[in-house]
Amino acid sequence: MTKTSRRFKLVDTFYIVMMILPLLVGMGIQVLTKPQSDGIALTGARIFFTIPMPIQNFPVTESQINSLLVTVTIFFFCLYMVHGISERAKLKRQLIAEWIVEQVDKLVHENMGGVFRGYAPFIVAMLALSAVSSLSSLIGLFPPTSDINVVGGWAILVFILITYYKFKCGPLYYLKSFTEPVALLAPINFLSEFATPISMSFRHYGNILSGTVISTLLAVALSGLSALVFGWLPGLFGELPWFRLGIPAILSIYFDVFSGCLQAFIFAMLTMMNVAGAYPQEEHEARKQKKLLKKQRKNENKQVA
Amino acid sequence: MELAIGLILGACALGAGLAMIAGIGPGIGEGNAVAKACEAIGRQPESKGSVTTTMLMGCAIAETTGLYALVIAIILIFVAPQMLVDILVNTMSQLPK
Repeated sequence: MTKTSRRFKLVDTFYIVMMILPLLVGMGIQVLTKPQSDGIALTGARIFFTIPMPIQNFPVTESQINSLLVTVTIFFFCLYMVHGISERAKLKRQLIAEWIVEQVDKLVHENMGGVFRGYAPFIVAMLALSAVSSLSSLIGLFPPTSDINVVGGWAILVFILITYYKFKCGPLYYLKSFTEPVALLAPINFLSEFATPISMSFRHYGNILSGTVISTLLAVALSGLSALVFGWLPGLFGELPWFRLGIPAILSIYFDVFSGCLQAFIFAMLTMMNVAGAYPQEEHEARKQKKLLKKQRKNENKQVA
Repeated sequence: MELAIGLILGACALGAGLAMIAGIGPGIGEGNAVAKACEAIGRQPESKGSVTTTMLMGCAIAETTGLYALVIAIILIFVAPQMLVDILVNTMSQLPK
């Protein structure tokens, strides 16, 4: 084990601080801008300010700010993990980083096949963004994934990817794929094309939002119960919602931790399956071969002439 | 006017409750999926990992219809009443007396 230099340690500290700072900033914004209200209210993402735009005003909401903060956190986490890597692993974090990369590579290779090897960074970026966004509700932030605009944006991105791979064999082949079993089913196939992003975004958003709603309902019920039981106590003892200490955490393990991670995994899996399923690999390769043959023949003809 | 607003609120709440009847289907479906997955793991314990992954994927897809109902219920509770009451107030104010 070599002695780490002072500079190395300083950079390390900088990365760790930058990892935690965005989350603290998010909490600070939450504390400073949340309106004081009596009781617990279910609200959507709060709008901080709107930027005037020609067609429609552009509102900057809590979910956008929080997802940007989460992105910064993940960015510096990645920098921290790969800081000081070398050929011979000296640091423990290098082993962890290598393990993560290997696992993701294996997952993408299993589910998408060899052609899509380069998709591993995209998939793991989506996975990390989704998981950390959902988990950010643990420290009291508004989880960006419980806003349909954020998840809908990701789903549209996936939809564009799917359509791009369906267009690989030319627009005519794409149009023909709508009449696949029989031509009569074309309208239904056309509708199901749009059902993919809608179902993907609704699944993710609905799961996270339902957790928020149930947690809030439980919090309200527990504070009512504690007011009923301990309300006769004098002063502060009567006012504090005693039952809300600890009990909602048990539900939070399922709704925030388990559900958030599971939905992130499922979103990534569905992305992989949809994109890989959209690519007509055999047809595309056959066409490539044909084109190559044509070119070769042309060249031969030229040489002969 | 008050009666109309009350009717709107009540109908929205009833509609949200009725929409969540769709939760029965995914419940039964996911129960079946998990039961079959348990059987499969009991028969072949070495394939636990892939069976669990496939089961979770299937559960997530089976859940979709229930989540559509949930989204509709949430819209009916949090978004629709305000919108409908606004429409009602606007039309009432435009009516000649």
